[in-house]
Amino acid sequence: MTPSDYLSAALLLAGGLFFLAGTVGLLRFPDIYSRLHALTKADNVGLGLTVAGLAVQAESWAVAGKLLLIWALVLLAGASVSYLIAHGALQRGMRPWKR
Amino acid sequence: MISGMLDIVLALALMGLAWGALASADLFKAIVLFIAFGLVMALVWVRLNAPDIALAEAAIGAGLTGALLLAAYAKLHAASPDTDVDNASRVRGIPFILISVLTLLLTAALGYAVWTLPSDGAGLGNDVAANLDRSGVSNPVTAVLLNFRGYDTLLEVMVLLLALLGAWSLGLSSPRREAAPGLVLDTLSRLLVPLLILVAAYLLWVGAHALGGAFQAGAVLAAAGVLMLLAGWRLPAALAALPLRLVLVAGPATFLLLAVITLLLEGRLLQFYPQWAGRLILFIETTATISIGATLIALFLGAPPNREDRQ
Repeated sequence: MTPSDYLSAALLLAGGLFFLAGTVGLLRFPDIYSRLHALTKADNVGLGLTVAGLAVQAESWAVAGKLLLIWALVLLAGASVSYLIAHGALQRGMRPWKR
Repeated sequence: MISGMLDIVLALALMGLAWGALASADLFKAIVLFIAFGLVMALVWVRLNAPDIALAEAAIGAGLTGALLLAAYAKLHAASPDTDVDNASRVRGIPFILISVLTLLLTAALGYAVWTLPSDGAGLGNDVAANLDRSGVSNPVTAVLLNFRGYDTLLEVMVLLLALLGAWSLGLSSPRREAAPGLVLDTLSRLLVPLLILVAAYLLWVGAHALGGAFQAGAVLAAAGVLMLLAGWRLPAALAALPLRLVLVAGPATFLLLAVITLLLEGRLLQFYPQWAGRLILFIETTATISIGATLIALFLGAPPNREDRQ
């Protein structure tokens, strides 16, 4: 394995860890707002690390650019949709969880 | 080994999601599971080396069908809040056994058909490859869809138009939007819609020699339209009557006209001269993309836009 292989393996594993943590949070957190918080961590950071890990292996700058573009689009859509879900939930009168 | 395990996980997830979508008493949950089913199905098509079908499945099967189902759910929910499937309406007794037996027989027959396929058979792949240079395009999938089996695609485009006629003839009126879309949705649609139109044009153009085509491009175009509708955009009343109908019919009409012309000139439906085929296919695909996109957007709206304005 070359150094770049080690680098992408580390990045992919770190990304996988974020997805795992995000999924556990989505399943276990008490209300919709904290679940959204967990979900966006998986989407933003987890996918970012995955994209970085794959970009290290990319054959050309064009492929790496496409991967980055995918990440940017998911960031945009994820952030907007999370806001819309949270906003809709607030308007329907769902109270944030308190201990 | 690892890829085999991945395939098994995908197959199990697919069956689990399918069962969940069918058996769920909560309609909303069933729709969400169906969308997830479409996404996993797209991954399965990628694993089966069929990226064209994967793209179509993700764009139409998961994306647009999901949006249509959610729109239908919203209308159902507005009409009567209790949309859960109650136990009394479930099939039981003799009909249940009959349906189960027939379904199992169908599954067994299909499984047997797949099982007995020759494992080394290239199917018609060699014939397609041998005639590819006469088709006008270099992507074998597009060559089959638009040239060798053009009448299949002609019928598919027609079916979409018929579906819209069916939806319109229900005489529904789509409710006016209730609230202002808000800054976030508005900004998102302003950022994404131009990009989606660009991607649709790219998919249409690239379909001649690589992954892409009219249905995928039309679905992406429709996604842009659905986003605009969600952000509060409505078709101007001046365009709602004749211009909209012309756009809806342009694709099927072009296709049908070319079919009739080739039938009269060549004696065969959609038989293109090789030197003309590339241009004709691009022309058909362009009009079909616009019509497919417009038809899917109109299906999402559910009612003819001018009727909405009258109320």
